[in-house]
Amino acid sequence: MTCTEFLALLDDLIDDSVTPETRAQLQEHLRGCEHCEVTLNTTRKTIEIYRSHEIYDLPPGLRERLHAAIMARCKKGC
Amino acid sequence: MSTIQLIAGENEPHPDVALVERVRGGDVLAYDTLVRKYDRQIFRIAQHITQNREDAEDVMQDAFLKAYEKIDQFQGNSKFYTWLVRIAVNESLMRLRKRRTGKMVSIDEDIETDEGSVPRDLADWAPDPEQNYGQAELAEILRKTIQGLPQGFRIVFVLRDVEGLSTEETAETLGLSIPAVKSRLLRARLQLRERLSRYFRRKRGGEK
Repeated sequence: MTCTEFLALLDDLIDDSVTPETRAQLQEHLRGCEHCEVTLNTTRKTIEIYRSHEIYDLPPGLRERLHAAIMARCKKGC
Repeated sequence: MSTIQLIAGENEPHPDVALVERVRGGDVLAYDTLVRKYDRQIFRIAQHITQNREDAEDVMQDAFLKAYEKIDQFQGNSKFYTWLVRIAVNESLMRLRKRRTGKMVSIDEDIETDEGSVPRDLADWAPDPEQNYGQAELAEILRKTIQGLPQGFRIVFVLRDVEGLSTEETAETLGLSIPAVKSRLLRARLQLRERLSRYFRRKRGGEK
């Protein structure tokens, strides 16, 4: 397996949607290719960091304003 | 109801199904429960697309009001959350169009780039690299980095990886084919990885 072929299957590997046979081939490639190993690990970490850090907090008061808007809309007819 | 139950899961319907039914029956408090469950996600999605806090606030409000008004049109052939996300994505794109006074805005723009498709910066990262930054500094790095992605990649990454939609749900929400979602997701992940490497790469001896 070449690095290009590995890269084409990177997402499937990360998303755990590869067959056991393909997984074995990918792991075989990883054993001999530090570049692809780094790419895999740091791409996984990229996703994990974005998943675990709230970068846009709900502005204060927005929830209450939305609640009020829905209640006002409801008064016109739920 | 039976259609919704069939789609929602093998055995048990998704808890949103009962809430939606209550809303349809006129229970506005049930809608409040749905709002509080998803308002953070909807705000985040709107902010990622519009890249503007005021617009994101308006989009969130408009999306929830529109969903409330159209709740009878919700067929239950997708999850309530996915349906809501679709409304929020459309509202966000409409808001961008208004801001750009008529210039067409689509999720296809700015994607003709090969940047980051092939990993170049192959330096490994420090272990737990985010620990080297304070919370506020890290959030700023993450915001700046994702804002630099082409919009068509950014939306796919946010829906798929941050908000947890499946590939199929993302494709349906954005009106894209599944191969298009997959291709954009790969490029988005690789570009983000490449850009974050500037901050997170393992420092060599003596390098600050």
